Amino acid sequence: MQQRGALRFALTRLLSAIPTLFLIIVLAFMMMHAAPGGPFDEERAMPPETAANIERAYHLDEPLPQQFMRYFGALLQGDLGPSYRYPGYSVAELISAAMLLSLQLGALAMLCALIVGIAVGVLAALRRNTPIDRLLTGLAMMGISIPIFVIAPIFVLVFAVNLGWLPASWSGSDSGSRYLLPVIALALPQIAYVARLTRGSMIEIMSSDFVRTARAQGLGTFTIVRLHALRPAMLPLLSYLGPAVAAVLTGSVVVEQIFGIPGLGQLFVRGALNRDYTLVLGIVIFYATLVIVFNLIVDILYGFLDPRIRNR
Amino acid sequence: MSMPAMFSELRRQLGGSRVVVVTAGFLVLVFVAAIVGPMFSPHTYLDSNLDARLIQPTRDAMHFFGTDDLGRDLFVRTLMGVRISLVVAVIATFVSLLIGVAYGAIAGYAGGKVDAVMMRLVDTLYALPFIFFVILLMVYFGQNFLLIFVAIGAVNWLDMARIVRGQTLALREREFVESARLIGVSPARIVFRHITPNLLGVVVVYVTLTVPQAILIESFMSFLGLGIQEPQTSLGSLVNNGVRHMESAPWVLLIPATLLASILLCFNFLGDGLRDQLDPKEKPE
Repeated sequence: MQQRGALRFALTRLLSAIPTLFLIIVLAFMMMHAAPGGPFDEERAMPPETAANIERAYHLDEPLPQQFMRYFGALLQGDLGPSYRYPGYSVAELISAAMLLSLQLGALAMLCALIVGIAVGVLAALRRNTPIDRLLTGLAMMGISIPIFVIAPIFVLVFAVNLGWLPASWSGSDSGSRYLLPVIALALPQIAYVARLTRGSMIEIMSSDFVRTARAQGLGTFTIVRLHALRPAMLPLLSYLGPAVAAVLTGSVVVEQIFGIPGLGQLFVRGALNRDYTLVLGIVIFYATLVIVFNLIVDILYGFLDPRIRNR
Repeated sequence: MSMPAMFSELRRQLGGSRVVVVTAGFLVLVFVAAIVGPMFSPHTYLDSNLDARLIQPTRDAMHFFGTDDLGRDLFVRTLMGVRISLVVAVIATFVSLLIGVAYGAIAGYAGGKVDAVMMRLVDTLYALPFIFFVILLMVYFGQNFLLIFVAIGAVNWLDMARIVRGQTLALREREFVESARLIGVSPARIVFRHITPNLLGVVVVYVTLTVPQAILIESFMSFLGLGIQEPQTSLGSLVNNGVRHMESAPWVLLIPATLLASILLCFNFLGDGLRDQLDPKEKPE
């Protein structure tokens, strides 16, 4: 019975994600076509026949709904159209080539954020209102406030340029150490968020009745945290995972720019600066899908873990 | 409500603490410096002097923050960057305030199905990676100055709408709203004349959290080269330029970077401090 409730909840969430995704695609497509000037407008005027030929080749001369149906139909088959600025490549090819590296960096950063963030949060909660706690919460505030594009170059300046411990750019080395600075820079704000969330929920849990009971039974703090308190304290973290994925994607755009990493973020910025419409559109749809899928997974997991949610 | 009454109401709702006073003081200082500072310098943000490229911070020729790779005075340019951040913050926040308060107050006051649908929409929008849509907008419509602000504001209203809706839900059950309803005041008038003034405190707190977000988004885009365009400058584009020269001239990076970081940090501390005061429940003992 209970399982069925959770399953139904998962299904409704899945169904509500589809219109969201469709809306995004329509929105992005409309924005692209509302833009003044076409993708092939150059400084030098083209002969009108050439322009007409190009427009016909890319189906830009068709009415808008027809263009959308064409784009959407192709999209369903994983075809995002040709890139306007990298002739001979399709957007799907460009994305899949750059994707792996970005996903690697993002996953490493999230892992790092969860491990360090939870540890810091638990420590701060257990040492509440001591100098350690104040130091850690202060650092967390800095981690949240200071943008990645400020902290990452300063890291490069200190650890790569001045101390020479780590490579300053991606192409400067092919050892694993080149992952270190980008991943840390990407993870820092997330560490700070995770730490703050963990501290908050941990403090609440540690003052709850079942923890008091466990204490009365003579269990040590470490055992209580490990066996009783940690798991319920993790629940709020789950709902943060969705926004975290969006934040890491945004961060990776900057980090890839600073370290010269040939990932999706760099492709996106280049496409944006070159006005490669189909490429930018394709990446935005890809990012949005990723974020929606993650939010969906989180929602569904929540439904299974916390029955109260389902009945809302 | 008259202006003085508004201020005394605000003071009653928010009070003052040390963190609030210190961070607010710092921010006021920085912003005043940004407004009047450039007037006292012999340089403008445009003047380039190719004989004085990348010179260190010095009192000579009043290059307090040094110069950049084109020999432009960084003291003036940095302060101009702060001005841009300030303008962005004000316009973007105003846009998000307008949308967020109206949307939240209407949803909260209407309640029921209307509320459910309106808030479901907000939930849906929350899930989107908005920054990419802002970039999309920039790509399609060119780097239009005003558009940047409006886009940022249009992205930032979600939090405000949520908070305002929650407060309105509580307020609409209160006696003064009830009595207004009984004497036949129209719903629109109740929402905008009787309920919104009581939201002042909460709104101010969330404004202090919206402002740094707006500054952050603008500088993020300028850092990527998609925001403010040369020769105009912003803290983000200054950091971007600093990254290119950090090995030979670290101050070109460090000064705008530190200033941007401390502005954002102060706003966040200010917002947190104000929130604690407004809602003593969440105050860490």
